[in-house]
Amino acid sequence: MSRKRWRWASRWVVLVACVVGWQLWTSAARSSFFPAPSAIVDRMYQLWFSGPAAHVFLTADATGNILPSLGRVFAGLAIATAIGVPLGIALGRSPAATVYLNPLLQFARALPVVTMAPVFIVLFKLGTQMEIATIVFGTVWPILLNTIDGAASVDPVQLETARAFKMPRWERVVWVIVPAALPKAFAGFRLSLSLSLILMVFAELVGSSDGIGYEMSNASNSFDMTFLWATIVLLGILGFLLNELLGGAERLVLGWHTTNRRD
Amino acid sequence: MTSTTSAAPAAVGPAAGQRRPGRAGRWARGAVGVAGFLLLAEAAGRLGLISRAALPLTSSVLWRAVLLAGNGRFLADLGATLEAWAVGMAITVAVGVPLGVLLGSLPGVRVATRAIVEFLRPIPSVALILLVSLLLGPGLRMAATLIVYGAIWPVLYNTIAGIDDVDPVAQETHRAFGFSRFDAIWAVSLPSAAPFIGTGIRLASSVALILDIATGYITGPINGPGIGAYIAQQSTGASNTTVILAATLWAGVLGLVLDLLLTGVQRRLLRWHHARLGEP
Repeated sequence: MSRKRWRWASRWVVLVACVVGWQLWTSAARSSFFPAPSAIVDRMYQLWFSGPAAHVFLTADATGNILPSLGRVFAGLAIATAIGVPLGIALGRSPAATVYLNPLLQFARALPVVTMAPVFIVLFKLGTQMEIATIVFGTVWPILLNTIDGAASVDPVQLETARAFKMPRWERVVWVIVPAALPKAFAGFRLSLSLSLILMVFAELVGSSDGIGYEMSNASNSFDMTFLWATIVLLGILGFLLNELLGGAERLVLGWHTTNRRD
Repeated sequence: MTSTTSAAPAAVGPAAGQRRPGRAGRWARGAVGVAGFLLLAEAAGRLGLISRAALPLTSSVLWRAVLLAGNGRFLADLGATLEAWAVGMAITVAVGVPLGVLLGSLPGVRVATRAIVEFLRPIPSVALILLVSLLLGPGLRMAATLIVYGAIWPVLYNTIAGIDDVDPVAQETHRAFGFSRFDAIWAVSLPSAAPFIGTGIRLASSVALILDIATGYITGPINGPGIGAYIAQQSTGASNTTVILAATLWAGVLGLVLDLLLTGVQRRLLRWHHARLGEP
């Protein structure tokens, strides 16, 4: 067996050993707080993945709760990106304006956004709007501040070259400034992605009539521990998949950047 | 090394044409920005551009924030939030940094545990609030547990990244002189990884504060401690947006002060590092 294969195997062996140990421990301890992993997986299957083939095996419960939650995360991140990236590029290229705004931006970034939830409830009432507002307000700052950083550190030689070749202003923005700011913007986006999941769950716990957070709060109110654990594992899986998706997008968009650096 | 090369052109580049304001100038302009924002918000409220029913006037929020600073209950809640943050961060650093050094220096262990870490890390820590509150009940233990779970990842990942970044020549040199592996970690790897670890701790601190307050907010109505619980209790009655915004203001100030504190400590401890890069 090659070294690489051996490493790959050791990774899964350790994971499987942990799950088996967890199963043995829970069946021995019989604690009502710690259901066995087999029971959790079974419940997850019953709840969400035992639907008809026409609905990709998703149950009505899954389409009614998992999809709205994911929709809120995507909508929130899309709005935060649509605000953060253009604004970040504009501010990154105008250091004078940034100096005036810097304390406000730093304060907004330091603000623990969860305290704003009751204000958003008053402004938008309970429901999807308030949840998306919470996600946008919490995730826009890492994207904005990182894009400012990225746009401010464009290689001046490249800019001068573009100017010397009489490249129009908007072409300079698209071909020189945006590509230079992208790696930093992605780093901010990665932080925003994990924040968006936290805020999605939080907003749904606080006030929602559907979504994973809503199911979670139902499970907790009825002391259904297996159900509660099923929602936690589901969130872990969704987080993992979203991270992989972002990793793929990053390789696709920034492939040139990493190959540049490898030289 | 990359930072020296990328910092040099920035200094002669776009800044060369414009006059860069000094430290005092930056502070003054920042203050102008803040004052301008507050005045605009106040004017928008007074002119009716923003409905007063939805958002209170800036001046009344500021005045309420001043009053809150003399409110014993609010101060006790602020203290509880700070205490949970401090306990949670202390455990996070005490566990995260050694674990990161271990995983960073032993690639075999890191590969073997990667699958577990990759499955544990994406679980949003707020998802555990309800489970942990049923297990431990509201209070310091619960808040600290959740903070450690959420905040340990940036510390762990940045420590590993920092150890990866260590110059292998420096490490080999140290070992060639007969020092033990442990000595090499202590004298070469840790100092070289310190800036990365510092960044990880600052990221962790903001996550910790969010969790700290979210935990209080969700378990708040059952009389939990902390700013989150204070806000939750204030918002259950008639919608009292002024108090909530005033408390939010203090929460933001707390976040800012903690970040500045950590930056200050990092600068002080890593003075040699900044000096080497030729930064102030």
